[in-house]
Amino acid sequence: MAQLDTREKLAILADAAKYDASCASSGTAKRDSKGGKGLGSTEGMGICHAYAPDGRCISLLKILLTNSCIFDCHYCINRKSSNVRRARFTAQEVVQLTLAFYKRNYIEGLFLSSGIIKSSNYTMEQLVEVARSLREDHDFRGYIHLKTIPDADPELVRLAGLHADRVSINVELPTVSGLEKLAPEKSAPQIEGAMLGMKGAIEDGKDARKKYKSAPNFAPAGQSTQMIVGADKATDGDIVTKASTLYDRFSLRRVYYSAFSPIPDASAVLPLQRPPLMREHRLYQSDWLMRFYGFKPAEVVQAAGDDGMLPLDIDPKLAWALKFREHFPVDVNRAPREMLLRIPGLGTKAVDRLIRSRRHRRFTLDDVARLTVSIAKIRPFIVTADWRPTLLTDRADLRTLVAPKVSQLELFAA
Amino acid sequence: MTLDRPDDFDGWREAARELIGAGVPPMSVVWQVAGDDGELFGSEGALPPGGGGQPMFSVPKPFIDLAKAAVCHSDPQRFALLYALLWKLKGNRRALEDRADPLVDRLEKLAKEVRRDAHKMHAFVRFREVAEENGTRFVAFFEPDHHIVRREAGFFARRFASMRWSILTPELSIHWAPETQTLCEGPGATRADAPDGDPLEETWRTYYSSIFNPARLKIGAMLKEMPKKYWRNMPETSLVAPLIAGARARELEMIERSANNFGAEAAVKAERQLQTGGNLRASWEALMAEARGCTRCDLHCNATQTVFGEGPLDACILFVGEQPGDQEDVAGRPFVGPAGQLFDAALEKAGIDRTQTYVTNAVKHFKFVLRGKKRIHSKPDTAEIDACRWWQEQERALIRPPLTVALGATAARSLTGKTLTISRAREAPLTLADGSECWVTVHPSFLLRIPEEDRRAEERAKFVEDLTRIRARAKELAS
Repeated sequence: MAQLDTREKLAILADAAKYDASCASSGTAKRDSKGGKGLGSTEGMGICHAYAPDGRCISLLKILLTNSCIFDCHYCINRKSSNVRRARFTAQEVVQLTLAFYKRNYIEGLFLSSGIIKSSNYTMEQLVEVARSLREDHDFRGYIHLKTIPDADPELVRLAGLHADRVSINVELPTVSGLEKLAPEKSAPQIEGAMLGMKGAIEDGKDARKKYKSAPNFAPAGQSTQMIVGADKATDGDIVTKASTLYDRFSLRRVYYSAFSPIPDASAVLPLQRPPLMREHRLYQSDWLMRFYGFKPAEVVQAAGDDGMLPLDIDPKLAWALKFREHFPVDVNRAPREMLLRIPGLGTKAVDRLIRSRRHRRFTLDDVARLTVSIAKIRPFIVTADWRPTLLTDRADLRTLVAPKVSQLELFAA
Repeated sequence: MTLDRPDDFDGWREAARELIGAGVPPMSVVWQVAGDDGELFGSEGALPPGGGGQPMFSVPKPFIDLAKAAVCHSDPQRFALLYALLWKLKGNRRALEDRADPLVDRLEKLAKEVRRDAHKMHAFVRFREVAEENGTRFVAFFEPDHHIVRREAGFFARRFASMRWSILTPELSIHWAPETQTLCEGPGATRADAPDGDPLEETWRTYYSSIFNPARLKIGAMLKEMPKKYWRNMPETSLVAPLIAGARARELEMIERSANNFGAEAAVKAERQLQTGGNLRASWEALMAEARGCTRCDLHCNATQTVFGEGPLDACILFVGEQPGDQEDVAGRPFVGPAGQLFDAALEKAGIDRTQTYVTNAVKHFKFVLRGKKRIHSKPDTAEIDACRWWQEQERALIRPPLTVALGATAARSLTGKTLTISRAREAPLTLADGSECWVTVHPSFLLRIPEEDRRAEERAKFVEDLTRIRARAKELAS
């Protein structure tokens, strides 16, 4: 076979990485290249340098080192038995590509994952080599996210954490049975063991930084994971519960959800249909409810229907409010923060502004309207100086009143 | 008051200090930027005498942040609005906390738009490399909505401190000298002043089109974050239209390829060979282990065990029977009782090697009624068939047989979801949802229950005939 050039490899290895949902580059230590040494900076907030027509942000150069793999996970395009074109970057090719893109301000850094070749340790060594070379040979100060391999040598995983801003290990599927069926060579205890190890290493790193200024920064943006939604029978309830245990047990920064999408040459045990993309969106919304709005996982599950699925037509917070109408209306002039956060349509920023402002005025509907996007959606759930919803929260057709009107469907929407 | 530049925060601060000190109310101040058209009737008036009579006051820090951002906005009212707010702060130091105040709200919105524009500048500036005598320079052309270039130069200086770079905008250009680590300003520029390409852009465009997943088209979400006004200076955006246009076709092609590729690829074929420890085998074993604990319907309560299918996973023919009988329930294997023996005999006559086929049941648990000590077979009802269908589908999905045989009405129901008349359906093959062939024939136990001997012999011969036809067809499909 003729040698592929870098661009051909890039086409194959970026294509192979497109099923991974995570592309964030935020929340790491602040660095820059002031003084003219090195290249790059990170300023806390990540930057999305472009958006693809699938609505997803492009922040990092997200590629695989190789899409060859000795594993055969059914949901994965790169599994051994898949009939895709294979390619493999050398570590130096990835380094050069990252630097060249970074210098033109196309990206925030690198997100590197890989199919498993030869052995887990060999693959991990290659991933670490890319990060090492970027940091040590080129003094690169941009963002690096490395995907680690669960059963690789702990020493290699430690090195990954030393060079990378963020490390991640995918849990792949929300249920153990799903994992057994679709990824027979992976095991939940092994994945979770690796996460636990990483959690320990990150905590040790933080402790060391407190004691010694010179201690290296170990994975300052923490660890994350991803699970695939819609490839097995797990309900939204299952997924939300799983995500919350992951947050609790492993102190994860993020859990990403990736709606299973039909992949070329798919394995036969997979559905050919994609799940509605809206489902992924609703899961992210429920994730926010737990992380920023003080919802307990059980409460999010309550917002789901009897089939364990979150409604697709309305957001989970509205669904919860419609189910537990006894908590409403909420008096915006008096209610505590945690109750204000329960009002559908009122975000964390609006709530903070409201609390700051209400020392100065008694809020009317117009005042609230200035803080929010849509007052119509909020009105049935609040009491203001000049407004009290009469029986509105008890009306049986409230859902149709507040649910978003069905607009023309997005072109080719699921 | 005339300010030197459109983003002249310091000038505004100085002027505002003097005006406040002199007690000049917002109503009587006109703000303008040098070079803009002057106020029609106004003239630069001197400050009223007696300035400095009022004590100075300090403003809260959030106001400074707000003002620094808001002065960069292109709204000509910005200086006046800021002064009005400053005037208000003099009376009430905490006025800024009242976000519902229309004046505060308006200024916060201006500041927010400036921050957004700045963020987009961080994101969408695209450098192009040009050769210069003493090295290379990275040059970008960018058109911000507001006067943010000076404000944001620092970001690029911190990020690209060791590179020589220039950002050209219609209002002004900013250049960075890495040797001295300093910024210098130049006049505004047009796009023609910037280089028109970079050899790496094709590679970047390759990345952009490869990372896009055509199965997830969401144009609205893209436009919200990457408004069209920024597209002109970004090399990748020319790909957007063709990518969108081709997306549905690409997705359909992916599905098509998934549906049609069984047995096609050597890699897949090799995997289908029965090999212990292989992945397909492992999946099947996991499935069987899971089926052992199946509680999808009530039948598991009384049956001894789940009777799962058996046979090589690369079988060309997959037989689906009805449900395990008394002996199968005890043995844990399909088709071992009287019906199974008849089935084996018929297969032999038709020239089919049972060990080369996969044999399973539509319902995996034995359903019976107790009569004394005897467990009498009882037909599974539709709900039970439908509950159990999942397992059968999983088995078929793993094995992907080119030819499936429904033995009797229960199996036919399980495979097609419809109630079929066997006598009619056995004449020609059906097509299943995955595109493979399904042949329908009678269940061997039916043959056991025919009382008249001559009819029994006749039906058995017909059954063997069906099987012979199936063997021939399977051979055809395999070749």
